[in-house]
Amino acid sequence: MDEPLLTIEDLAVQFPTEDGLVKAVDGVFLDVRPGEVVGVVGESGSGKSVTAMSVLGLVRRPGRITRGRIRFRGRNLLDLSPRALRAVRGGEIAMVFQDPMTALNPVVPVGRQIAEAVRLHGKGLSRGAVRDRVIELLASVGVPNPATRYRQFPHEYSGGMRQRAMIAMAMANEPALLIADEPTTALDVTIQAQVLDLLRSARERTGAAAILITHDLGVIAELADRVAVMYAGRVVEQGDVHAVFDAPRHPYTRGLMASRPRIESSPGALVPIPGSPPSMLAPPPGCPFHPRCPIAADREPCRISRPGLTAVGAGHATACHFHEELA
Amino acid sequence: MLTYVARRLMVNVGVFLLISVGVFLLVRAAPGDPVRMMVNPEQLAAGGPDFIARKRAELGLDDPVVVRYVVWLRDALTGDLGYSFVSHRPVSAVLGERIGPTVLLMGTALLLGLLVAVPAGTLAAVRRNSAADYASAVVSLAVISVPSFFLGIAAIYVFSLTLGWFPSSGMTTPGGGGTDVLAHLVLPAAILALSIAGPFMRYVRGGLIAELGADYIRTAEAKGAGPPRVLLRHALRNALIPLITVIMIYVPQLLAGAVALEQVFAWPGMGQLAISSIGQLDYPVVIGFALFIAVLVLLCNLAADVLYAVADPRISLQ
Repeated sequence: MDEPLLTIEDLAVQFPTEDGLVKAVDGVFLDVRPGEVVGVVGESGSGKSVTAMSVLGLVRRPGRITRGRIRFRGRNLLDLSPRALRAVRGGEIAMVFQDPMTALNPVVPVGRQIAEAVRLHGKGLSRGAVRDRVIELLASVGVPNPATRYRQFPHEYSGGMRQRAMIAMAMANEPALLIADEPTTALDVTIQAQVLDLLRSARERTGAAAILITHDLGVIAELADRVAVMYAGRVVEQGDVHAVFDAPRHPYTRGLMASRPRIESSPGALVPIPGSPPSMLAPPPGCPFHPRCPIAADREPCRISRPGLTAVGAGHATACHFHEELA
Repeated sequence: MLTYVARRLMVNVGVFLLISVGVFLLVRAAPGDPVRMMVNPEQLAAGGPDFIARKRAELGLDDPVVVRYVVWLRDALTGDLGYSFVSHRPVSAVLGERIGPTVLLMGTALLLGLLVAVPAGTLAAVRRNSAADYASAVVSLAVISVPSFFLGIAAIYVFSLTLGWFPSSGMTTPGGGGTDVLAHLVLPAAILALSIAGPFMRYVRGGLIAELGADYIRTAEAKGAGPPRVLLRHALRNALIPLITVIMIYVPQLLAGAVALEQVFAWPGMGQLAISSIGQLDYPVVIGFALFIAVLVLLCNLAADVLYAVADPRISLQ
């Protein structure tokens, strides 16, 4: 098996708020191997985005990484100088954000924003060379009339086109790792499939690995090789997509699978997970899922100790005291 | 672009007509009978009992209000604002020679104010809640709170009387050299600049803090852009757009500040003229001044609309 490209070890991120300390991420472990797509799923507030932001050091103040290591190509990204980190950002690791409507600077032509990404990592390129590269990038993500589109402003692009431009920007320096944070959530359903296709082909063309953050299990099933399920700031189950989806070994993953709408199911047959995600200000003691868990049944280990990830198969791990009962 | 400007212009012309009606009605409401003020007692005696009535008809004062308004507006638009009661010179000539010094004072103050406010506001936004931020908040509040005429008097005491660095009044000294006007300009322009730099700085700070939290800033950081680039190329560029409107809104205030400071520094501008004309009940000059302010404010509004469209690509020009 390949050496991991990215290894997140015991990452913890905290946000001080007026009401107290929010532990948005509290002990995340995650590996990404070269060329592989890791899907990260979880409800809002489970720490998916904060984990992704941490990789590039983009956690905004007053948020703070309090613990852990993020190893990438032999370096701990958390130890890098600001200058060295900037070389990684947009160079070796690039990011696509959730809302393309707000992720582009409204007063700078789209082409120039992509050119900025090219120029920041390709010093010494001539103006013409940068421009040619940007037009080539725009064409590669399926933006029609790239030479005209180069000069246009974000408001002249549709949502789907903007996300294409964001992907072109991310792919500008052929990153080894692409992080896509809910890249299709803000888009029309008809556009979502196109953008996913595009992400897939862009990734395949450059051989980049990817972290794909989403709450859409269908997207994961379609694009990811492996999946990490997050709950309350930790990964609660991870493994090969087929292994996890075919035989989930964590009650939360089971709940997620069961709550998915399906074409064949009759109306009203959605099965929601009871309760709501825990407050990250005061997470429940023990396993954070136990108040909503169908198998915890108020058993003592669930109330008292937080389970760690345990291997339950080849590359498949779960954080549940009673995972055997789910086998 | 041209149709956009033309449409904005139409709106402004409408507003100008409304103002002109107001000004015209004010003229009529002013005390005194223009014919009685014009004619001297000998003419009156020689002209016979119906002299006043004939003169009124001759001058068109018996025409309906609407006719008189149209005639007055036509004259005003061609630059004929009548004659000053005091100097008996055309109002347009009296005002004309005062526009230059006032525009010089206001323009210099605006430029200086921006040169202080933009860097100070940027610094306060970047280092928010630092000592520098609080200090700039205190200073800007102080200059907003203290009236500029008081600052003017204080500045004359310190810089002219005590230190003797700058002249205390007027715009020129007889026999002064090339930098003479500049030396006279320093104190009033600096004080006028301070009075607008305070609020401008707060606008820059607030706007920049909002922009620095925007998603596109994170995108720029994710590209690998360094802090200066993120700040200047991305955040400040967006934060300065609303400042265009703020500046134009402050132009009348700038003019009001200039009126007060021209008194304090005996600056031979429009403000000084307006104050003395009001004191002498020189209605034609006062009306001319009022029309001038109206036109100035409307032009600034138009300029703001056009500049906004140039600076912000999202504003449709259609």
